[in-house]
Amino acid sequence: MVTLTIDGKKVTVRKLSTVLDAARKLNIPIPTLCHHPELSPYGGCRLCIIEIKDLARPVTACTTFAREGMEVITTSPYLEKLRKTTLELLLSDHPNDCMVCERAGDCTLQELAYFYDIRENRFVGEKRPFIKKDENPFVERAMEKCILCGQCVRVCDEIQGVGAIDFAYRGLKTKICPPFEKDLDCEFCGQCVAVCPTGALTGKMWAQKGRQQDVRTVDTVCPYCGCGCNISLHVRRNEVIRVSSKEDTINEGWLCAKGRFGYEFIHNSDRLTKPLIRISPKEGFEFSSQSPSFNPPPGKGGNGGVRSSPLTPHNSRFKEVSWDEAFDYIAKRLKEIKDSYGPDSIGGLSSARCTNEENFLFQKFIRAVIGTNNVDHCARY
Amino acid sequence: MRADIKIKVCMGPSGIATGGADVIEAFKNEINSIGKKAIIEERCSLHQVGCLGFCAKDVLVEVVVDGKKTIYEYVKPGMVSRIVKEHILEGNPVTEWIAGEEYYNFHKKQIKVVLSNCGEIDPEDINAYLAVGGYEAARMALTLMSPEEIVEVVKSSNLRGRGGAGFPTGLKWDLSLKIKSDVKYVICNGDEGDPGAFMDRSVMEGDPHSVIEGMIICAKAIGSHQGYIYVRAEYPLAVKRLQIAINQCYEAGLLGENILGTGFDFDLKIYQGAGAFVCGEATALMRSIEGKRGMPTPKLWRSAEKGLWEKPTVLNNVETFANIPRIILKGADWYSSLGTERSGGTKVFALTGKMKNAGLIEVPLGITLREIIYDIGGGIENGRAFKAVQTGGPSGGCIPAELLDIEVDYESLALVGSIMGSGGMVVLDETDCMVDIAKFFLEFTQAESCGKCIPCRVGTKRMLEILNRITVGNAKEGDIELLEELGQDIKVTSLCGLGLTAPNPVLSTIRYFRNEYEAHIKDKKCPAAVCKDLITFSILEEFCNGCGACKRACPADAIIGKRKKIHKIDPEPCIKCGTCFDVCKFNAIMKM
Ligand SMILES: Cc1cc2nc3c(=O)[nH]c(=O)nc-3n(C[C@H](O)[C@H](O)[C@H](O)COP(=O)(O)O)c2cc1C
Ligand code: SF4
Ligand code: SF4
Repeated sequence: MVTLTIDGKKVTVRKLSTVLDAARKLNIPIPTLCHHPELSPYGGCRLCIIEIKDLARPVTACTTFAREGMEVITTSPYLEKLRKTTLELLLSDHPNDCMVCERAGDCTLQELAYFYDIRENRFVGEKRPFIKKDENPFVERAMEKCILCGQCVRVCDEIQGVGAIDFAYRGLKTKICPPFEKDLDCEFCGQCVAVCPTGALTGKMWAQKGRQQDVRTVDTVCPYCGCGCNISLHVRRNEVIRVSSKEDTINEGWLCAKGRFGYEFIHNSDRLTKPLIRISPKEGFEFSSQSPSFNPPPGKGGNGGVRSSPLTPHNSRFKEVSWDEAFDYIAKRLKEIKDSYGPDSIGGLSSARCTNEENFLFQKFIRAVIGTNNVDHCARY
Repeated sequence: MRADIKIKVCMGPSGIATGGADVIEAFKNEINSIGKKAIIEERCSLHQVGCLGFCAKDVLVEVVVDGKKTIYEYVKPGMVSRIVKEHILEGNPVTEWIAGEEYYNFHKKQIKVVLSNCGEIDPEDINAYLAVGGYEAARMALTLMSPEEIVEVVKSSNLRGRGGAGFPTGLKWDLSLKIKSDVKYVICNGDEGDPGAFMDRSVMEGDPHSVIEGMIICAKAIGSHQGYIYVRAEYPLAVKRLQIAINQCYEAGLLGENILGTGFDFDLKIYQGAGAFVCGEATALMRSIEGKRGMPTPKLWRSAEKGLWEKPTVLNNVETFANIPRIILKGADWYSSLGTERSGGTKVFALTGKMKNAGLIEVPLGITLREIIYDIGGGIENGRAFKAVQTGGPSGGCIPAELLDIEVDYESLALVGSIMGSGGMVVLDETDCMVDIAKFFLEFTQAESCGKCIPCRVGTKRMLEILNRITVGNAKEGDIELLEELGQDIKVTSLCGLGLTAPNPVLSTIRYFRNEYEAHIKDKKCPAAVCKDLITFSILEEFCNGCGACKRACPADAIIGKRKKIHKIDPEPCIKCGTCFDVCKFNAIMKM
């Protein structure tokens, strides 16, 4: 452990902590654009510049280890002037179209420009153009807004292990792009979108779906797999318009492509929301007394997720039933099959979307109740 | 049989550029053809030697007959047969082609340590290097000295890194020696990306074995078994000669396992860089070797602790390593006595620009700029007035005439707003515009910025845009102050040495030549008449005799006038190419 003083306050942190870590522990705000606690230190934005007693020149807090007895100053007119110059430079190469930007209100750069009150800029000059449009349905790249903090490059390499993007070119022409500046063609996990501090990388699915202030977030657990990543649903007018994840969760804010982008099923008309029983016209209306209709569930042109055209095998139809009816039917049919053909004529397939406990119960059911070892799991094949 | 006639043809960068290979070929043919009649063929040995130093006079050829040296300058293949016939066959040197007094003055104040073999021995022959005491120092270091002893010698020699920053080499090695690790690396930085620099190139091409020997000694000192030489791919000859030298060392048991039977192992590889200036920066260079993009990384750890692949690493410049064998052989006291109290030894400079004798020089540290420019460089050409000397390349600054008596070392150059850098020295005269010079260097650094940090990536671009504004007459009041403020901030906030020093050329020219900036902004004039948009060409009536040379030469048909009558320049179509100025034999064209 080392003890240092920051802005006159003493703090003790673990060895190999940076001065930035120590300042955050004291809740002392130091502006940063390229720092991410889970990614390797970068030192690109130069905003976390601080002064250390007996050092000739200011240094960046994110790339300086805290040392015993260090005396740090995080703010002074001189430091704020340096930060302001850096921000002015950054904004002189930025479209400054916050009015229509997807990230307005949720953008670190915008926030810093606001706090540093940058209305007029001493610097004007060439800006980087970017016109490329990717084909993919997930990640929108507006690279003229990119501040080259490198967080996307690091998350893709260090967390996702993909390395789909990197820096190219030099000088003001430097940009982050896929190899040979082709279209983005990757896993589309969207981790890069999640860490981007500006509007350079956004989700195509939530473009123009709502501003921050009309959005409510609901914390929940991702339904896709047993990992149980914590997610936050962004809800506007009772519609989920985006999924994100917070850093202080078991999954540290990281998500996969399905968790992040695969939420359209929630409001999809094809989604099954009630139990249905398949009936063929030949079998007649066995359950008609309890269920007056076998119309497909209401929706925009859907049919309960199942095609019911004349081309469907056996010309099946579906009937909406209650859970009790559904379970009774399953129990009845399983018993019939087991009695006439034996337990090994039945097999059970379980899903990665269930929890371990659910999967355990399912195999127990197949083995102990049905009496067969024909049980498997979708993640195994 | 040992030849007592030697012909040495300069095959340094400039020698090659001016046709050294053709001259060699001509000598070969000539000697072969006469060899049938005379016995000379047997007595001649033909060397390709590295840089002979005096590039302005290339191709330089040294002919040694019975130990007597004669140097010919500006040799062309067509001159070879006469040299062979008169000098070699008949023993009468061709006097009118012999290098004159200037050649000797050029060498008088120089002390050759690093360059002592360059131009003297065949760099592609290990035996030539061994014959002048090569690998003696390595043998001493491997057999007689402990790592601590080696480090002590380097420390007390006062050798400081020749790559630019001037970090004491012994201290660097000591830090690395003290860190325990099975794997350590030694890297030689031969990236040399500064425009106009060719010091390291000349050493790698002219004396590659001295660099390898220095690295072997370093490896022994810090306990490393793997080394890399990082050379830019634009230096194919350096790569080739280093590779030949490395192969020869492996054959001679000087590299690989159990070197010279001492049980010490050291492997050495060349790594070719793709030619980015920033890859000369230590951390960017290591990332480049690791196969990543050559971008500087923050120095949470020192390279001595975690460098290449996070292992303790010593990285030194080519010239730094080339000094090591000499220091081990001749002793620390000898070396430190050559320089000043704070910086020992000599430094190689690439002297270019407007002085008479451009070339590669090696001088003891502490020599004054005046001695370099006037005694060695022979002063300014064409009798023009000296204006400034630019040291340190794109990271350095311009030093004006009134400071010519400062001693050349790391501290005093920094004090006047420049740096030692790796050894570029460009002399500027009254026809150079200081704003234009600053723009030239900034254009380079701005384009070479790796783009990682904001002050360097955007800041240098904005500075360049302001400079552009100034040179085309669109500048505003306050632009000089804006340049100064921004430059000072970039010098504090950038991540690596490239950005931290990039404003130097601008800040130093503002510091010493503010009036030139002001003339551009306030009077819309370029005092040196360089900035095209601020000059006008006109014809002085009293000198014009109506010869019409300018009119015929003007590519824009901007000159009007009848034969034998005074001509005039129409400013509208004039594209300010300056052709009329060059062709007028009567000094009638005025540029201002
Ligand atoms: C932008 C930049 C370019 C550099 N280029 C070179 C170079 O070409 N050769 C070199 O030896 N050092 C170069 N350096 C300095 C190296 O970072 C490093 O300090 C040096 O190689 C260490 O060796 P030395 O102690 O022997 O000088 C450069 C530094 C910067 C910031
Ligand atoms: S979506 Fe995922 S895989 Fe694709 S670039 Fe972004 S982080 Fe990398
Ligand atoms: S100072 Fe320039 S070259 Fe160095 S890291 Fe920053 S952007 Fe890259």
